[in-house]
Amino acid sequence: MHPTFSIIFFTAAAGAGYGLLAVLGILAAVGQLPPDRILGLASLGIALALIAGGLVSSTFHLGRPERAWRALSQWRSSWLSREGIASLFTFVPTGLFAIGWLVCARTDGIVALAGVAMTAAAVITVAATGMIYASLKPIAQWNTRFTVPAYLIFALMTGTVLLDAVLALLDRPDRAVTMAALIAIGLGWIWKRATWRHNDGIAPAVTLNSATGLKGGEVRSIEWPHTEENYLLKEMGYRIARKHAARLRVLAQLFAFALPLVATAAALLTAPTLAKAASVIAVLAQAPGILIERWLFFAEARHTVTLYYGLDAAARR
Amino acid sequence: MTGRSAANAAPTQRPLAETRAPSDPGIDPCPAVSDAVHRTTCYMCACRCGIKVHIKDGQVRYIQGDRDHPVNRGVICGKGSAGIMQHLSPARLRKPLLRTGARGAGEFREIEWDEALAIATQRLARIRAGDPKRLAFFTGRDQSQSLTGWWAAQFGTPNFAAHGGFCSVNMAVAGFTTIGGSFWEFGEPDWEHTRYFMLFGVAEDHDSNPIKIGLGKLKARGVKVVSVNPCRTGYSAIADEWIGIRPGTDGLFVLAIIHELLKAGRIDLDYLIAHTNAHHLIIRDAGAADDGLFLRDPEGHVLGWDRAQGRAADAGAADLRPALTGTYEVDGRACTPAFQLIAERYLDQAYSPDAVAACCGIAADTIRRIAAELANVAFEQAIELPVAWTDCSGRRHASMRGRPLAMHAMRGISAHSNGFHTCRAIHLLQVLLGTVDVPGGFRFKPPYPKPPPAGAKPCGKGGGRPDTPLAGMPLGMITAPEDLLVDAQGAPERIDKAYSWEAPFAAHGLLHTVIANAARRDPYRIDTLFLYMANVAWNSAMNTTQTISMLTEKDASGAYKIPFVIYSDAYFSETVPYADLVLPDTTYLERHDCISLLDRPISQADGPGDAIRVPVVTPDRDVRPFQSVLLDLSARLGLPGMVDADGRPKYRDYADYMVRHERTPGLGPLAGWRGENGDAFGKGAPNPDQLERYITNGGFWHHALTAEQKYYKMANRAYLDFAVAMGFLATPTPTVFQLYAEPLQRFRLAARGHGAVLPPAPQREAIARYFDPLPIWYAPFEEEAIDKAAYPLHAVTQRPMHMYHSWGAQNAWLRQITSQNRLFVHGATAARLGLDDDDWVWIESHHGKVKGQIRIVEGVNPDTVWTWNAIGRRRGAGMLDHDAPEATRGFLLNHAIADLLPPDAAGRRRLNADPVTGQAAWFDLRVRLRKCAAAELAQSAPQLPPLKPPPGTAPNPRSLGFGAHFRARAGETTP
Amino acid sequence: MTDLPAATDRKLGLVIDLDTCVGCQACVTSCKEWNSGGSMAPLTDLNPYGAQAHGVWFNRVHAYEHGCTDGGRTVHFPRSCLHCATPACVTVCPTGASYKRAADGIVLIDDDKCIGCQLCSWACPYGARELDPIEGVMKKCTLCVDRIYNDNLEPEDRVPACVAACPTGARHFGDLGDASSPVSRLVRERGGVDLMPELGYGPVNKYLPPRPRAAGTLQAPAQALAPADPAGGFLGWVDRLLSD
Ligand SMILES: Nc1nc2c(c(=O)[nH]1)N[C@H]1C(S)=C(S)[C@@H](COP(=O)(O)OP(=O)(O)OC[C@H]3O[C@@H](n4cnc5c(=O)[nH]c(N)nc54)[C@H](O)[C@@H]3O)O[C@H]1N2
Ligand SMILES: Nc1nc2c(c(=O)[nH]1)N[C@H]1C(S)=C(S)[C@@H](COP(=O)(O)OP(=O)(O)OC[C@H]3O[C@@H](n4cnc5c(=O)[nH]c(N)nc54)[C@H](O)[C@@H]3O)O[C@H]1N2
Ligand code: SF4
Ligand code: SF4
Ligand code: SF4
Ligand code: SF4
Ligand code: SF4
Ligand SMILES: [Mo]
Repeated sequence: MHPTFSIIFFTAAAGAGYGLLAVLGILAAVGQLPPDRILGLASLGIALALIAGGLVSSTFHLGRPERAWRALSQWRSSWLSREGIASLFTFVPTGLFAIGWLVCARTDGIVALAGVAMTAAAVITVAATGMIYASLKPIAQWNTRFTVPAYLIFALMTGTVLLDAVLALLDRPDRAVTMAALIAIGLGWIWKRATWRHNDGIAPAVTLNSATGLKGGEVRSIEWPHTEENYLLKEMGYRIARKHAARLRVLAQLFAFALPLVATAAALLTAPTLAKAASVIAVLAQAPGILIERWLFFAEARHTVTLYYGLDAAARR
Repeated sequence: MTGRSAANAAPTQRPLAETRAPSDPGIDPCPAVSDAVHRTTCYMCACRCGIKVHIKDGQVRYIQGDRDHPVNRGVICGKGSAGIMQHLSPARLRKPLLRTGARGAGEFREIEWDEALAIATQRLARIRAGDPKRLAFFTGRDQSQSLTGWWAAQFGTPNFAAHGGFCSVNMAVAGFTTIGGSFWEFGEPDWEHTRYFMLFGVAEDHDSNPIKIGLGKLKARGVKVVSVNPCRTGYSAIADEWIGIRPGTDGLFVLAIIHELLKAGRIDLDYLIAHTNAHHLIIRDAGAADDGLFLRDPEGHVLGWDRAQGRAADAGAADLRPALTGTYEVDGRACTPAFQLIAERYLDQAYSPDAVAACCGIAADTIRRIAAELANVAFEQAIELPVAWTDCSGRRHASMRGRPLAMHAMRGISAHSNGFHTCRAIHLLQVLLGTVDVPGGFRFKPPYPKPPPAGAKPCGKGGGRPDTPLAGMPLGMITAPEDLLVDAQGAPERIDKAYSWEAPFAAHGLLHTVIANAARRDPYRIDTLFLYMANVAWNSAMNTTQTISMLTEKDASGAYKIPFVIYSDAYFSETVPYADLVLPDTTYLERHDCISLLDRPISQADGPGDAIRVPVVTPDRDVRPFQSVLLDLSARLGLPGMVDADGRPKYRDYADYMVRHERTPGLGPLAGWRGENGDAFGKGAPNPDQLERYITNGGFWHHALTAEQKYYKMANRAYLDFAVAMGFLATPTPTVFQLYAEPLQRFRLAARGHGAVLPPAPQREAIARYFDPLPIWYAPFEEEAIDKAAYPLHAVTQRPMHMYHSWGAQNAWLRQITSQNRLFVHGATAARLGLDDDDWVWIESHHGKVKGQIRIVEGVNPDTVWTWNAIGRRRGAGMLDHDAPEATRGFLLNHAIADLLPPDAAGRRRLNADPVTGQAAWFDLRVRLRKCAAAELAQSAPQLPPLKPPPGTAPNPRSLGFGAHFRARAGETTP
Repeated sequence: MTDLPAATDRKLGLVIDLDTCVGCQACVTSCKEWNSGGSMAPLTDLNPYGAQAHGVWFNRVHAYEHGCTDGGRTVHFPRSCLHCATPACVTVCPTGASYKRAADGIVLIDDDKCIGCQLCSWACPYGARELDPIEGVMKKCTLCVDRIYNDNLEPEDRVPACVAACPTGARHFGDLGDASSPVSRLVRERGGVDLMPELGYGPVNKYLPPRPRAAGTLQAPAQALAPADPAGGFLGWVDRLLSD
């Protein structure tokens, strides 16, 4: 599938934003969120900025952005519609939570309750995003049980790592949060590797034989319906060389997981000043790392239509 | 009056029983389609289908096939459906152009029509008054040859021809000399009754839609289809059996089948005696001036041997019981029936399947099996139509015997230097099996058959005289050396050397030699080359690169060797920049045309027909229909027959000519609705309302033959009388199939020194060899002339079904389907050469080299590579952007095809053509492939300098939203 | 509403005969031509006269080589919307622009509602949906919904443009929901198949596979022809035949 930046950025940024909201909600629920306005302003601000930025970027992908509002109408069948509604709904508990925290300077009681609702909405939103991809049968690499958890794990991971850095910068380091970040990164890494192993082993459910109804014997594409690339090939025929993909997988792991893991661990073990730097490094490393991971998520996905063009057979073009 | 029933009318192709639209706010199910529908004739190719053009707000909205039209019966092909984009192509010329810069530099000035016509008139008048043959008038893809040919005749130049010479004259002449009709578009299989269909070397053909409709019907009936073709595409792809023959060897394959049939006695003797010259006696008197000619009585009747009376008698006599074998003595002269010679020759082991298998690349067993299958269908599966008929000698037959075996062949046969004889061999096979114009067989389309040679003789002997028309049409069929257009020394009298010893039976002229001959001033210098509708500076040129440069060659005095070039094209083709005066034509939707019985009509085997084209939209440019321009010119020149006594134009325009012109009294361009009140057809006085009658009938006229007239047209009394009434034949004479072709023998005798007109010494051997009165096979010339090992592969082209020659590229829709042609190479061959899919290769012939990109396939003869024809275009041509794939990655194989063969021992370079007809031997090409170095550009070669767009052309649009406005309105205008 | 109808009164669709298709592209351009002025108009073409020309088409014809047992064959393969019974292209649509009609099962796009999110084109396994980059909306085969019910057309013309055009008659149209309809019968007789059945979209369009290469109606004679007259040879045979 063609890796479109507007979508890659949307899923990565909004994911981190919702993840951050989710973590804040949980902390409030367990009474571990200091009712500090500055912290509130910083963390909620960052989360909302990421979410808003993501949503805006996602509209760049639309042919008719001015009609985007229509996308909210089909919640009964469409995960994209559900994602849209959930993402907007999240602003309600988030708003209440923000008022409680920033105005009343409280993170407990009903504010904490709002926080729980906020977390739930955020998780639902991210899960819906995951379902958009997970539900697409023509794309075997997405249509797996790995996809939805991956979106949730990466959202929480990036959210936690962000929060850890915010806390550190505001001189309110929280070992629990740092530990959580550490665990989330580890989990994320394991999950990504598991996903890749699974996807690399996928035996194509569909073959050109079943795509053409021609049974038995190899079916080879000898002429396309058009000699130049068309929409289908540009959008769904995107290919990435194995070598290239392997290299990017290494980079993704280095930046999204390895460096953040080391940095976060360092933050846990070193003196506050160093810890600050370390947790910031974790964020700075993970940002590009997650973008690369998401880029690969698209680039490595094969759509069944490519069968018709013989793109999986002996490399054409 | 309508043609045959609609083609796609199966229960599975009909509208729904219930067509009330379900309510749906999302869509308008009943938009208004058009304000008017005009029925006319398509010209996205030469098939001449009937189309209905829907006009909305003065624009073409949609073009569909005309259900009532006899040719396409409602279907429409990929090209026809893209007519809108042809009509709107930015490549359309918009105004007459006069060259201002050097020829070929593409510098032009737009001029008014009056100036353009004045320039042409002045020049042509001078030529006509001096030496008319200095005008060479060649008209490519011309559907108005009965006008253009007549114009040339009235002008007085013998130098006229259309595209036939490089197209399929082999098929035409072989057919006309053998069965008095031909494949090409002059005959068709009996789609309804045939039970076995054999296709030789056809990818598409002129009968594009009829063949597809027919194949569909055969498939539906489970009829076996066999395709003999090195490439397994299109028709061959759906054939039940594909025979991937080695190019140029069909003659051997067919003669081997004949060998098998003769050996087994599986031939139709009754049919041979009734309809062929198999029993005609041939003089066998080696060395005599009449050796090998028919034995005739003093009245000139050919004689046969009557076994009943034991003496020679009129071979045509109904009661004759002729001998087919043996040798007889008549008046002290030994003679044998033609059939004896046929049997002797083809029973020879040299024609046995085992002897030819390797050369053809076909297993001997396959050849034997095919022979057996053919015999089985022809004889064991013979059919009888319960239709009584009377033959030409008055015998009544209770029913029509049918042999349900049909064959069709085209350029895979004709585009070889042995194509004439190969095509004759196929006709011989058809006739031996008794399958020509019988139920289930190959059928003639009226006006054919005509007794061989089926045509008048060419005029223009002596080269024409000042201000004098030729005695008749410049092209025709010849039967003896005396008919050649050569001077006393045997030198050619036509600029293209047609009807010379180099190409005696060049019945369609030799357009492919004109530029080279004119530039070499051989046989003489011409003044003006007048071209219409032929892209001679590109895809219809052999040796393309040099041919282009010949157009700009100058002599010592700095004058162009071809002094003046007038060209009429509708689009900015590769040839336009090489003209001095450009006469822009309309598109096919903007003009009148006449698809006439005098030319290449729309007749079907079931009955004759002709058609018209009418303007359905008015040009938005300053262009004029070429035929009307030609009539305008003739009036200005005062050509006889085209001006009144007082010198005023006789015809207002082409439409007026179509109605009022009479070639001979009562016989005009259009056969339908003749006579003052339109109640006659065929012959009759001109009818002022004729066009109206055509238009109300859908733009065509079609006459259905009666059941009795439909078959055995060569000897069917009812049909022959009809043919005479129509003016097809002068008298109701039957057509006798000439298995033994006496005219060829006459040339042989000349080569042996007999007769008044003798070939120049150097040509005698060739004439003696290739003018064999019975079909022969010889290896294609190029193959013999070059080192086979150095050029191991055959290279051929195929028509893409969705493209018409070079026109497709200027069509926004069609070019999206194919804007780059690949060279298709067999997997095994590619592996041997270390080639991979998508590799770039040099395709090298003895003559030149071309660079292209390959595609590996299995469905091709391993010794053959092929590509789609005329996809590659020159940069800038067709008004395409310079980065268009047609120019950057597409290639034109023609650059590698020589017009002349390598020098022979005596240093002479013969035409790369059939020695009998002069047909261009496109498919004789032999090549080798060389993988391009990694460093080489992924770009096709040769890359000629880009063409400069003519004045007043706008830059191409970046996107095309054609049709939006129709829809907007559609919304409003619906209730 | 992108909910799928539980069932449709009719299942209108195409049946395409791969045994007869010669790959002529008539269905492709006739479709383009009709629909360029039809209810999905325009079918925008980008860079129509330059490099990388590509536009919106509803029907495309591929060419394949099938290494099947009987010597291999070349197969031409038209590909357009199959008007699936349970198509995700509809259910994924967030706007309701993409919908399946309960009355006849035709899958359509309301391009006044479409936001061009392209999700439906991802959800279509068959590549039947193409984005119009200039209009910013998705487009696809309408089964000529603006022809088959259009009383502004002559009755005989109320069939899909591609079916009317197809020169070999390889395309068929009708109600595949009605087991007794001519198309349903044709599909049964010829063993018509679904494309990618594994994905469970329930395509309505059916494809008729190439027939095994039979000798047609002909019973191919067992062995080669025998000599006419072993004794007198062929010429002797001719003489005997004629000397009655
Ligand atoms: N390698 C190879 N070469 C071949 C062949 C092959 O099989 N292989 N085939 C040969 C054969 S059979 C043929 S017939 C020739 C065909 O070759 P050409 O006769 O050159 O055919 P076209 O490319 O159609 O060129 C005809 C010209 O007519 C112009 N034209 C189109 N419409 C109109 C119109 O309405 N009015 C006017 N005045 N002009 C118009 C086009 O722009 C074009 O320039 O190619 C021959 N060349
Ligand atoms: N769509 C479309 N239709 C056209 C045209 C077009 O350009 N486009 N052009 C029109 C014109 S001008 C003409 S002349 C006709 C020509 O119509 P066709 O006769 O179909 O001409 P080609 O496409 O050249 O096909 C030649 C076929 O012969 C095969 N072949 C080559 N060499 C041999 C051989 O030695 N033996 C055998 N058995 N086969 C061989 C080739 O593989 C190819 O399939 O088509 C007309 N119709
Ligand atoms: S076959 Fe030729 S004439 Fe007939 S519709 Fe197609 S392009 Fe037109
Ligand atoms: S029109 Fe018919 S034959 Fe031609 S490509 Fe389409 S389906 Fe095949
Ligand atoms: S073919 Fe594709 S677009 Fe058509 S209904 Fe099925 S899934 Fe939807
Ligand atoms: S592109 Fe249009 S039709 Fe397709 S899912 Fe998006 S909104 Fe629906
Ligand atoms: S049914 Fe209509 S829209 Fe669909 S492919 Fe055929 S012509 Fe095109
Ligand atoms: Mo031709």
